[in-house]
Amino acid sequence: MPYTANQPPRAESNDELRARIPGWGADLDPKDRPSVPRERFDPGATGAHWEFPDRQEEKWPRERSIEHKFLTPVFGTSSPPKGLSGVLRKFAYATYSEGRAAHWLILLGADRVDAIESHLKSFLTTRPDNPITETGVLSEFHRNGFSSRFGRKRVDLHHQWIDPILVAGPWIAAVCAIVWGARALAKR
Amino acid sequence: MRAMVYRGPYKVRVEEKDIPPIEHPNDAIVRVTLAAICGSDLHLYHGMMPDTRVGMTFGHEFIGVVEQVGSSVQNLKVGDRVMVPFNIYCGSCYFCVRGLYSNCHNVNPNATAVGGIYGYSHTCGGYDGGQSEYVRVPFADVGPSIIPDWLDDEDALMCTDALSTGYFGAQLGDISEGDTVAVFGAGPVGLFAAKSAWLMGAGRVIVIDQLEYRLEKARSFAQAETRNFAEYDDIVVEMKKTTDYLGADVVIDAVGAEADGNFTQHVTAAKFKLQGGSPIALNWAIDSVRKGGTVSVMGAYGPMFSAVKFGDAMNKGLTLRMNQAPVKRQWPRLFEHIQNGYLKPNDIVTHRIPLEHIAEGYHMFSAKLDNCIKPVIVPNA
Repeated sequence: MPYTANQPPRAESNDELRARIPGWGADLDPKDRPSVPRERFDPGATGAHWEFPDRQEEKWPRERSIEHKFLTPVFGTSSPPKGLSGVLRKFAYATYSEGRAAHWLILLGADRVDAIESHLKSFLTTRPDNPITETGVLSEFHRNGFSSRFGRKRVDLHHQWIDPILVAGPWIAAVCAIVWGARALAKR
Repeated sequence: MRAMVYRGPYKVRVEEKDIPPIEHPNDAIVRVTLAAICGSDLHLYHGMMPDTRVGMTFGHEFIGVVEQVGSSVQNLKVGDRVMVPFNIYCGSCYFCVRGLYSNCHNVNPNATAVGGIYGYSHTCGGYDGGQSEYVRVPFADVGPSIIPDWLDDEDALMCTDALSTGYFGAQLGDISEGDTVAVFGAGPVGLFAAKSAWLMGAGRVIVIDQLEYRLEKARSFAQAETRNFAEYDDIVVEMKKTTDYLGADVVIDAVGAEADGNFTQHVTAAKFKLQGGSPIALNWAIDSVRKGGTVSVMGAYGPMFSAVKFGDAMNKGLTLRMNQAPVKRQWPRLFEHIQNGYLKPNDIVTHRIPLEHIAEGYHMFSAKLDNCIKPVIVPNA
């Protein structure tokens, strides 16, 4: 009890814990813990055989944080910026540091624009986006969707109903807009 | 090659992509034999992480076989079976030479606040990940290790993130003999953190979650006491009662950005992206730990602000410790624990899913269907 000086009594002794838990106390000595101390200067430990790495070729103007002095020598090349979302991303990187909320909010906005652009573009291909297969929602039928949820006091059910609205809502709104537009044109 | 591709929030599919080329003299190209979906992949899947681009391949937990090496690679050769830490790191920058592999400054042009991570948005460097048939592995002489012959493939896979992160989280707790350790979250990282707490001499380990099947796993796999926070009006009060009103000596947050337990926190963060993450588990950790205690944060949060109770943390004199795990630093000691039989990492694997069915794998894991704890992806099932 914290109202007096004594340490609360232990429920199990070390010997009891050793008998019950395989390996109990194997890392009791901090010296046996690989990340203690957290910083340990040891340049020879990593396998690097360079003082500064060779530079990877920059095949397009690679967006970077303005908190970096220069483009890092190695970087990912997945999904170069494109379209309006790409313009937004380049603006966020070129204008705002990581310390500014605007940097992240513009990038999040660009992600939503990217999704819309990509969905629209997919309809010009032989493999348009399919919200049924891409959401994996059919697994509800063979992964016990009902019994996994009900009768289990799951608090995440309080908000799971929002997910279908977030996913299907824009699609339904788009279909409604197309139908509305088509009917408006037909009336002319 | 076949690869998982992100198509926007809650949507992924398998597409044909080019096999990645060598882009740097110290690159390797690895043919993936096993990958996993991590709980933190769900933050990408739900569109929470800024600069997650359509077309990216996720996956930062994978093992495979070296197919090609760059001209400066000395430590690996074609045909080697390798396990690859989720951190991409150069091994030579200010941070790497001090053991902070997860904080490398030479691999992520997009942000200085985080290092490079495979398949984890452009905020983490813009690298494609391992939920595919092939993946580019930068700094092949630094990150990957040859899988020891005695190590099971799924055990090696768990070492690439979940086990190393849980073990690292327990270390950041600075656990002393007899300490009471509470772990929020009974997912893979929480289960491994609980198990690791015993190795460091904890006197009592309590795991808190809302999913009963995961708490059952915490009891059987991690020999921990459990609390289902859904059964309590206020889990913080329960944590005080169960510690005779002292509070736990160490609390580990193994939940992160999509924490449940407070509707407003969850919805503003996970659904409407107005916070970097839902901090309810972290706030419970701050309120459940004793004064002067330590909170270790292993849960992943986005780069934006979150409504964390720093006032309580300050007034209680807490030590808050956190980082992405420097994975490879953990391996030698973890290998000893696995060989000694203290840890059996693949005991937490519940599902093995062909790459072609990855959309259903993500939905199942996200919606917590079928008692899913850890899904493994098999590219060539």
